[in-house]
Amino acid sequence: MDFTLDKPHQLMETLFRNFAETEIAPIAKDMDEAEQYDMELLQKMQRYGFFGIPYSKEYGGQGADELAYTQCMEEVSKVDGSTGITISVHTSLCCSCINSYGTEEQKQKFLRPLVDGSKIGCFGLTEPGAGSDVQGAQTVAVEDGDDYVITGSKIFTTNSGFADTCVVFALTDRSVPASKGLTAFIVDLKEMPGIDISDNIERMGIRAASNCIVSYDNVRVPKDRILGKLNGGFKIAMNALNNGRIGIAAQSVGLAQGALDNAIEYAKERKQFGKPITKFQNTQFQIAEMQTKIEAARMMVRRAAVAADNGENIAVKAAEAKLFASDVANQVTRYAVQMMGGYGYCREYPVERAMRDAKITEIYEGTSEVMKMIISGAKLK
Amino acid sequence: MKILVCIKQVPDTAEVKLDPKTNTLIRDGVPSIINRDDKSGLEAALQIREKLNDGTTVSVVSMGPPQADVALREALAMGADDAYLVSGREFGGSDTYATATIIAAALKEIGFDLVITGRQAIDGDTAQVGPQIAEQLHIPQVSYAEDLKLGEDGKSIIVKRQFEDKAHVLKVQLPCLITAIQELREPRYMNVGKLVDAYNSEVKVIGFDDLKDKLNPDWIGIKGSPTNVVKSFTKQARAAGEVLTDLTPEQAADAIVAKLVERHLI
Repeated sequence: MDFTLDKPHQLMETLFRNFAETEIAPIAKDMDEAEQYDMELLQKMQRYGFFGIPYSKEYGGQGADELAYTQCMEEVSKVDGSTGITISVHTSLCCSCINSYGTEEQKQKFLRPLVDGSKIGCFGLTEPGAGSDVQGAQTVAVEDGDDYVITGSKIFTTNSGFADTCVVFALTDRSVPASKGLTAFIVDLKEMPGIDISDNIERMGIRAASNCIVSYDNVRVPKDRILGKLNGGFKIAMNALNNGRIGIAAQSVGLAQGALDNAIEYAKERKQFGKPITKFQNTQFQIAEMQTKIEAARMMVRRAAVAADNGENIAVKAAEAKLFASDVANQVTRYAVQMMGGYGYCREYPVERAMRDAKITEIYEGTSEVMKMIISGAKLK
Repeated sequence: MKILVCIKQVPDTAEVKLDPKTNTLIRDGVPSIINRDDKSGLEAALQIREKLNDGTTVSVVSMGPPQADVALREALAMGADDAYLVSGREFGGSDTYATATIIAAALKEIGFDLVITGRQAIDGDTAQVGPQIAEQLHIPQVSYAEDLKLGEDGKSIIVKRQFEDKAHVLKVQLPCLITAIQELREPRYMNVGKLVDAYNSEVKVIGFDDLKDKLNPDWIGIKGSPTNVVKSFTKQARAAGEVLTDLTPEQAADAIVAKLVERHLI
C-alpha cells in the first residue's frame, strides 16, 4: 500500500497546477461575473489534452488514468469550480457512456472527436420533474421507421450552451418503470432539427459553466445512435454517475484546498490586535482542522480513482468520496470566508466564489441524500 | 534537420542556501525545474520542427545526476522526440569547462545540425557552458538570442541577438550553436498524452564509457576543472532603494545632493 504519487503522476500534478495558476486563475473571476465560459481557454485545454484524460490513445484519448483525471479536477477546481464541472461532465458523463457502451463504430465516430479535443460533450438525464427520482422522466422516444423521434425537455444540462454531442436519455417503453424503459441516444446538439437550447440558467455558483434547458421537439435520431441496448439506458446513466461522482469529489477537494490556501495567504498578512491573525491559536486550530479534513477527502478520492483504474465496482467508494468531500468543501470554504472576515465576503478575493461554487457539489450528480441511500443500501443488503 | 537542445535541471529559486562547509548548493526540499532560458530554447526548437514539418527532430540533452530524469521527461511531455541523460561518477565536480567538454563529446556522439542551449542557468549564472560547447565543437555560435528564424536557403539561421541598448541581427551557417534568453519564446505547457508517452519511452543514459574515445579523463570531473571555488557566501541583503520619478534634471541633482548631505557623505 503506497500513498505517494508515482513519478508520472507527480509530473501530472505539475502540469495541471502550472496551467491552472497561469491560464485559469487570472480570468476565473471575470468568467464568473460574465456568467460565461471563455472559449479561448476551453480550446487551449482541449489542445493540451484536458478533455480526454482517462481514455485510450486507440480512440484519440490521452491514455492516462482516472487518478490523473482526479488530479486535473482538483488542480483546476482550486482556482475555478466552473472549469472543474465543464471538464467533468464532458469526461465522466458523456465520454464514459460512449466508451463503456458504444459499438466500435460509435466510438470511432463519436468518442474520438470528444477525447482528441475537437468536440465537447454533455449529458441529458435530469428533467424538470425528474431529479433524484428518475421515475419522473417524461421525455419519450418513439420508433418511426429507421429512426426514433425524441420529444421532451431536459434541465440543468451542463455544457449544453456550446456542446456538440449529447448523450440523452428518453423513455422507449412507457409501460414499465423508467429504470426498465429508458434508452440512451447519441445526439448532435448543433445539427439535429428540433433542438432548442435556452439561455444559461442563472445560478448561485459555478456561474461560468454553461447550464441550460435543452428542449427536444420531434427530434429525429437514427437507430444507430442508440447507445447500448434498447431500454437499457438506466444502467448506463447510473454507471456514468458513479464515474462522475469521483470527479465531483475531486472538484470538492480542489475548491476546499484553493479556499484554504487563499485564506492562509491572507491571514499571514492580516494584523489584528497587534499581530498577524495566524499567531492566534483559533486561526491555527482552524487551519489544522481544515487541512486534515481536506487530506482525508483527498485520500478517499484517490482510493476511488485507483479502484476505478483497477476495474473494481466503485459505486460505494465513489458515493462515500463524494458525500464526504462535498461536505468538506462546504465547511472549509465557509470557514475560509470567516477567517478572512469582511474581506472574505468581498468579491475582490476568490474565497466567496469558492463558497458559492462549493454548494452545488452536495447537489449535482446525486445529492448527499442519494449518496447516503447508496452507502447505507450496501451496508444493509 | 536534427536539433539538440541542452537543458539543465535547477532549483526553483534564486534564493537557495549554500552549505558553508562544502560550498555547494543545498538542494533538499527545493523543487526542481527546467532552467527557464533552456525551456525557451526548447520551445524555439519545437516551433522550428513544426514549421518545417519535414522529419526534423528535437532531442533534449541534460548532464546531471539520475534525478535530472524528470526534467527530460518534462521536455518529452512538451513534445521533444527523444532524450539523453549524460551522467556518471566520472563527471562529478566538473566546472563549466569540464562540463562543456563532456557535453560536447556527447553531442558529437548523438549528431546534430543545430544546438540550442539556454544563455545561463539560474543556479550558476555563468553563461559559459553554451559558448564553451561551441568552441569545443568548432562551430559558430550566437549567444543571447531573443528571436530567430531559418534562413531561406535552409542552411542558415538568422538570429536577433540582444545587447543592453541594441540588438544585432546575424546570419549564421549551420551547424551552429545558439544560446537562448527567456524572451526568445514563451514555452508551451506539457501535454497530458505526451506526458503519458514520456514515461513509456526511454531516456538514453550516456556515461563515461560511451564517450571514452572522445574524452580524456584528465579533462573532466574535479581534476579536469581549472576553476577552484575559494569561498562561497550568501550576500547580505541590502535595504530597498528609493526611486524618485518625474523630476527635472535640476530637481534630480538637488535631490541627490540632499540625500548625500543627509547621510553625511559630502
